[in-house]
Amino acid sequence: MDGLTGLSDDALIDRLQRGAFSYLTEFANDENGLVADTSREGSPCSIAVVGFALSCYPVAVKHGWMSRAAAAAQTLKTLRFFWNSPQNDQPDATGYKGFYYHFLHMQTGRRVWQCELSLVDTTILLAGVLMAGRYFDGGGDEPEIRQLADAIYRRVDWQWAQNNGQTVAQGWKPECGFLHYGWEGYNEATILYILGAGSPTHALPPDSFTGWTVTYQFENLLGQDVLYSGPLFTHLFSHAWIDFRGIQDEFMRSTRRDYFQNTRNSISLHREYGARNPRGYEGYSGNLWGITAGEGPGNDQLRESYRDRRFFGYTARGVPYGPDDGTISPWAMLATLPFHPGPAIAGTRRLLEIYPQVCTKDRFSSGFNPTFHKNGSEWLSEGWFGLDQGLLVLMIENYRSGFVWEIMRDCPFVRAGLQRAGFKGGWL
Amino acid sequence: MAVTSPKPPKADVLGQEDLLRRVRPANWQNPEPKPRYDLAIIGGGPAGLVAARTAIRLGLSVALIEKYRLGGKSLDTGSIPSKTIIRTAKVYATTHRAEEFGAPASTELPADFLKITTRMRGIRARIAEYHSAERLRALGIDVFFGDARFASADALTVDGKRIAFRKAVIATGARPRLPSIPGLEEVGYRTSSSIFELTAFPRRIAVIGGGPLGCEAAQAFCRLGAHVTIVQDEPKFLPHEERDASQLLSFSLARDGVDTRLNTTVVRVREEGGSKILDTSNDDAKYNIVADEILLSIGSVADTSGLDPEVAGIATDPEKGVVVNDFLRTTNPRVYAAGDVCMSHKFTNVAEASGRMAVQNAFAARRRRASRMTIPWCTYCDPEIAHVGMHVWDASERSIPIKSYTVLMQDVDRAITDGQDDGFVKIHVKAGTDTILGATIVASRASEMINEISVAMSVGIGMRALADVLHTYPAQSDAIRLAALAYTQDWPASWLTRAWARLRA
Repeated sequence: MDGLTGLSDDALIDRLQRGAFSYLTEFANDENGLVADTSREGSPCSIAVVGFALSCYPVAVKHGWMSRAAAAAQTLKTLRFFWNSPQNDQPDATGYKGFYYHFLHMQTGRRVWQCELSLVDTTILLAGVLMAGRYFDGGGDEPEIRQLADAIYRRVDWQWAQNNGQTVAQGWKPECGFLHYGWEGYNEATILYILGAGSPTHALPPDSFTGWTVTYQFENLLGQDVLYSGPLFTHLFSHAWIDFRGIQDEFMRSTRRDYFQNTRNSISLHREYGARNPRGYEGYSGNLWGITAGEGPGNDQLRESYRDRRFFGYTARGVPYGPDDGTISPWAMLATLPFHPGPAIAGTRRLLEIYPQVCTKDRFSSGFNPTFHKNGSEWLSEGWFGLDQGLLVLMIENYRSGFVWEIMRDCPFVRAGLQRAGFKGGWL
Repeated sequence: MAVTSPKPPKADVLGQEDLLRRVRPANWQNPEPKPRYDLAIIGGGPAGLVAARTAIRLGLSVALIEKYRLGGKSLDTGSIPSKTIIRTAKVYATTHRAEEFGAPASTELPADFLKITTRMRGIRARIAEYHSAERLRALGIDVFFGDARFASADALTVDGKRIAFRKAVIATGARPRLPSIPGLEEVGYRTSSSIFELTAFPRRIAVIGGGPLGCEAAQAFCRLGAHVTIVQDEPKFLPHEERDASQLLSFSLARDGVDTRLNTTVVRVREEGGSKILDTSNDDAKYNIVADEILLSIGSVADTSGLDPEVAGIATDPEKGVVVNDFLRTTNPRVYAAGDVCMSHKFTNVAEASGRMAVQNAFAARRRRASRMTIPWCTYCDPEIAHVGMHVWDASERSIPIKSYTVLMQDVDRAITDGQDDGFVKIHVKAGTDTILGATIVASRASEMINEISVAMSVGIGMRALADVLHTYPAQSDAIRLAALAYTQDWPASWLTRAWARLRA
C-alpha cells in the first residue's frame, strides 16, 4: 500500500483495478494461457481463474493496459489449449465431457491433486470463453477465437452432469464417479444453470433450474429480506457477467424483486452483521465487513477472555449462520461496488487506513484475521489468490461502465439460457 | 478442608429391582382372560399405555399385553435414559467452560460412568411408577405379560390362553434397524437399546449414523470424555432438518471435540489388536476409524415379530410396518395400530397421540385423521434442534409461497446473559398472509420453545397476534415474539392509521 489513502475515489478504484488485473498477467503461463490459482510457489492453475482472466483481457484493452493484439494472442493461446487438451475419463486428462478439472498443472495442463471435474469452475471458465468470443469481433487472430469459443461451449455435456437427476451434480472424479455433496439452497450457481440451459447441443431441461430454486430460502434476517446464502461471494459471482437488474425468474417474480436487489439486501445484511459483531471479533463494524469463502488462520483454538474460539483454514464463511471465525476477505467490500458504491468505498478506505498490510502491490490478500495473532501480528493470508483479483477487476468495471454486462447481454447463449430458465422483463 | 457428603438424592436409592417391580414384576400372575374384551392392546409402550387409559375412560374392558417391560423403549432404552445421560453431559460441558461465567473450572475426564448410569437407573425406576403394572391393574386393565400372537381376525393367544376382542390396537413399537455392513456382526456393536448397559466407559467410540440418536449420543459421550467419531453417509447431519440447523449442529459437535465425518460410508468392519477398525470411504478418500465400541444408529424399523398379523388379515410393509389408513385402521377393520409400529415419525409424543386417536377412532363418534396432527419434535443435542410443521421444501414442492422470519439467538438478551447464544428461531409463514406453516428452532431450550409455536399453529394464532403477546423479559422464548415483530414490520401502518395519528397529535 503506497499512498492509496490519499487518492480520490476514482483514482483509488482505478489503481486497485489495475493492481488486481496485473496478477492475471504476472502469474500466467504465456505458453498455454493458464493462470495460477495463487501467487504461491508451485501453485497449479485454477480453471476459474483462467475464466476470470479471459474476461479481464477485454477490460485491460479498454483501459489501455494491454494492446488488443496482445490480448487476442493470449486469449487464442488459452482457447487453443482448452480445445486441444485431452478430454477423456483417464485420471490425468484435462477434462471430460467438455468439463474441466478444477486444478491443472501450470505447464502440462493435466489434472493435479486428484481434484474433481468441477461444474461451477468450468462454468466460470466458460463465462470467460463466451466473453472472449463476443468481444473479439475483428480479423487477424479473432475469427479463430470466436470459432473456438463456440466449439468449447458446445462440447460441454450438461445433461451428463445431471447424473439422471433433475439438478446437476457438483463434480465428478474418475476414481469414484459423481460426488454426492449436497447442493441445497441458493448460491453462486445461477450462472451455471443459465449457461447449462443456453447450450445449443446438450441443454439442461427447464425443470433443472426450478429443481434447484425449490430449495431456496426466502428469509427476513436481521431486518433484511433476502434469498439467503451465507458467503458474500455467492451473491457476486453470477453478477460479474450477467446484469440481473430488472430481469426476473419465477421465484423473483413471486417475491417482487430481482437478483440484483437481492445482492444489495444481502450486502446490507453483511454490514448489519458487522455492526452487531455478535462474536466480538476484532475490527468488525458496519464499515468493516466481508465474510465469504477464503483462506483463514487454520484449524486452531484460542481461549481468550474466557471465550472459546475456533478458527478455520480455507472454508466458506457465511453470515449470519456462520461459520464466522473473525476472518474477513479484504477484497470483498470493494467487490460490492456495483451494488452499494458508498459503503464499498467507505469500507475499503477504512480497511486500508487501519490495516494497510492487507493490500500489497495494490492487490488485496485473500484473508485477514485481526483477532488471531501470529508472531505478534494479525494473521494475514500469504500472497494473493487469482479468484479474488479476477472478480474485483470485473466488479469494478461493471461499476465504472457496465462493460462486462453489456458484452454478455449480447451473447445469444446467455440470452437463451436466461429465457429457458424462465427469466423475463428488463433488457431481455 | 472438611468435606461433607450430601445425602444422596432419593432417586439414587432406586435401582433395577425397583424398575422391574413396577414394569415387569417377577411374581406377576396373568389374570384369567374374560370371554371377550372390548379392546385388546398389544404392546405396553407409550402408544399402548395411552390407548389403555383412553379406553378405560370410555368404560371399555381392556386387555393389555406386554412381552417385555411396560413403558416401552422410551422408558427402557430411549428418551428417558438418554435424556438423563445428556443432562450429565451438559453439566460436564458447563463445568468445562465455567471460567466463561466467572466460576472455577473443574472437570475430571473421563466421567465416572457407573455413577452416571446409577443416576439414570434411579430416574428410570422413579418414572416407571407412572406406568406400573399395579397401577394399571388398579385402573381395571387386565395386564398380561407374554408373547401375543393373532389366532384369528378377532382373537389373540398369549402363552396358550385365548384373548378374544371386539377391537384391537397393535402398538408393538420398533426395534433398531440392523446394518448390512460386512464384518460388523462378527466384531460386535451396540445400538440405542444396549449402549446404556455399558459397564466400562469406552475410550474411543465410533457412531454410525448421523440422525437424532446418533448425534445425541456422539455429543454426550464426547462431553463425558470419550473420543467420538461420527460417520454419516449423507452431506449433513439430521437429514430431515434444514441446512442451517444441520450446519449449526456440525459446528457444535466439532467444537465439543467430536470427530465428524460427513458423506462417509462404512465399507467394512474388522478387529485388529483388540480394537475395532472401521474402513470408511468418502468418494475417493479412504480412512480408518479405530474404536473400542461401535454404536449403530441408523434408524428403526417396525417390530411385528412373532405377531402373525397375516393370520388376522393385517397387511404389513417391510419398511413402513403395519399398514394403516389415515384413521389408523389396519386392513382388518377390527384392528388399529398406533405408535412406532405404523407411524413414520417414531417419537414418544406421536406414539401417545396416535394411541389415543386409535381408540377414539375405534369407539368414539368422531374420527380423527393422523395427517392432521401438528407434530413438534426435537433432537436433544446442545443446542437443541426442534421443528414443527412444514419445512421450506414441503411448501415449495406444493407451490405454497413461503417466507421465513428469523431471529438469531445471538440477538436475544436472555440467550446472551445465559451464554447460550448459538442458534435461531425461524418461523415459516405463508407469504402474504399471517399463517404460520412451521418453524425450526435451534436453541439450548428449543424443545420447550417449539411448543409455543405448536400452540399457535394448533389453535390458528397468526404472526400478528403472536407479536402482541407479552412474553416475560428476559426470556429465550422472546425470540419468538421478536420474529413475529419482524413480520409486522412488513406491514407498515396504513395511510389512514398514520393520518389519524397525526390528527390526534
